[in-house]
Amino acid sequence: MTSAIRFSGVSRHYGNVKAVDNVDIDIAEGEFFAMLGPSGSGKTTSLRLIAGFERPTAGEIQIFGQVAQGIPPYKRHVNTVFQDYALFPHLNVRDNVAYGLMIAGWAKAKRHKAADEALEMVALAGYGDRKPSELSGGQRQRVALARALVNEPKALLLDEPLGALDLKLREQMQEELKSLQRSLGITFIFVTHDQGEALSMADRVAVFNEGRIVQIGAPEDIYYRPEVPFVADFVGSSNVLPPDFVAKLTGKQAFAALRPEAVFLAEQGHIAQVNSVSFLGAATRVGMRVDDVPMTMLLPKGSAIPKAGETVKVDWFSADLHVMDRT
Amino acid sequence: MSDEAITDRKGGPLTRISDTLWRKPKLLIFLLILPPTLWLGIIYLGSLFALLAQSFFSIDEFTGIIQYELTLKTYGELFRPSNFDIIIRTIVMAMSVTIGAAIIGFPVAYYAARYARGKWKAIFYLGVMMPLWSSYLVKVYSWKLILAKEGILNWLFETLHLGWLLNAYLSIPIIGGNSLSVSSTGTFLVFLYVWIPFMILPIQASLERVPHSMLEASGDLGARPVQTFRFVLFPLALPGVIAGSIFTFSLTLGDYIIPQIVGSSRRFIGQAVYAYQGTAGNIPLAAAFAVVPILLMAVYLWIAKRQGAFDAL
Repeated sequence: MTSAIRFSGVSRHYGNVKAVDNVDIDIAEGEFFAMLGPSGSGKTTSLRLIAGFERPTAGEIQIFGQVAQGIPPYKRHVNTVFQDYALFPHLNVRDNVAYGLMIAGWAKAKRHKAADEALEMVALAGYGDRKPSELSGGQRQRVALARALVNEPKALLLDEPLGALDLKLREQMQEELKSLQRSLGITFIFVTHDQGEALSMADRVAVFNEGRIVQIGAPEDIYYRPEVPFVADFVGSSNVLPPDFVAKLTGKQAFAALRPEAVFLAEQGHIAQVNSVSFLGAATRVGMRVDDVPMTMLLPKGSAIPKAGETVKVDWFSADLHVMDRT
Repeated sequence: MSDEAITDRKGGPLTRISDTLWRKPKLLIFLLILPPTLWLGIIYLGSLFALLAQSFFSIDEFTGIIQYELTLKTYGELFRPSNFDIIIRTIVMAMSVTIGAAIIGFPVAYYAARYARGKWKAIFYLGVMMPLWSSYLVKVYSWKLILAKEGILNWLFETLHLGWLLNAYLSIPIIGGNSLSVSSTGTFLVFLYVWIPFMILPIQASLERVPHSMLEASGDLGARPVQTFRFVLFPLALPGVIAGSIFTFSLTLGDYIIPQIVGSSRRFIGQAVYAYQGTAGNIPLAAAFAVVPILLMAVYLWIAKRQGAFDAL
């Protein structure tokens, strides 16, 4: 498989601030790749490095085998869907979508036809004559998508494209993006701070923290086999158990991750003081302390629910305790 | 239920006035809008209509007495070659000043809106506004000194052995003259200097509202910086440019002091108005001249709107 985007030791420092610090990535052609991390972790800067809006202070970026150094954004065969969509307010939807084709010198009739087809693809047929200000957030998001895709980019960069949408629309767009990516077969690089979004959509996820990638892998690996406490905490909201506690259980002095849904009430087991109980709908989250270690437990619907202040016994299967070698 | 049930606050007369206004929002709006309406209606529009009315009267050429009969004769006089030249000259000057101010002002405004932060923004505002704080006359007279034959500009050209270039330029008819201070070019430069803050500030305000991602999106879609300027930045800044041009254009159309002090003896509309309503006592013709800038601005705004200049508002 050829690589679409390759970062070799790429850094972007602003004075003392290391926005991106010595990052290596290899994104395969046709892959749906997610960059996940909290705000300020370097994921958006990495995306902007690919688009060419930022220049690396060290390292090399290759886009489809070509060194990107010195190539301005307008010469790169990648297109971006911006977080704020960045639709041109003075142009109608059709001219917004046709903008890239107009720049490329397409005749008016031809580019308008292509724009209308792109609008149809994102289920906005007939919206061409409207102004962006007359559209809802979800519709603007689709226009931004059509405007990028109509240029047939080799890779599509998406910067938190679903961040401004409400939950229901976001879930719907997640599925649409996924099927769009499958049918078009082009590389999607997707930046998000929402772990659920990254896990449900991407083929592979890179987790960013403080300018570095802390783990790259398939969603299942990231979720079930976090390599560092940060990933366990940020991605899966796992219980991160401190080394002393883990040593008592396994004899190994290391952090371990334990998924909240892997903890259950038991006849025999660890004594836990329940601090809080929150009803989540399909499950109930129980916050508690086991041996003075804070821990959460997710109880499925139908199980007996303890009350705050009670003392209960909890346990888990040792196979679910995931010991992390790195910190 | 008494008031005490929901509030234990008592109030004096001021509180009672507030309460009344809160209950009658329309009264509040009426009171707020009354002073500006009176000001605009009587002082501003009233004088404007008085002016308009005057322009439809005429003057008896022998006695010099104003004849209070409605006629278009005075407007006809505007088309006499000597008067019409004044109008054309003023329009060309106002257009040149406006275009010059837009060309010089845009990069300054762009820099201020895009890059200047904190202290530099304050310096920008100071730099743009400071010329407005000093007396207009002082500025115009200092320009007369700068542009005079004995002035610093002439000296600079001579020192650089470029005196021949300045002389060649000054020998061009219409824009040239004996020295810069008595040429149309001199008038143009002083107009440009005096009015440019009025062009920079509205452009800066409109550029301030263009998100940076908009320019990145254009580049991302393949547009070179020049194309981004042409298709995105300029259209979005156009309302600001138009607002600025309304200032520079109308201020130049109406000014009578700058061409009096710096420039050739050829007159502008403002000077004509001043001369006809003063020494000549021909109020109708002065009024007719004064209506010209108003008409020109109306036509200008109408064309700007037709061209979609305000679409990005």
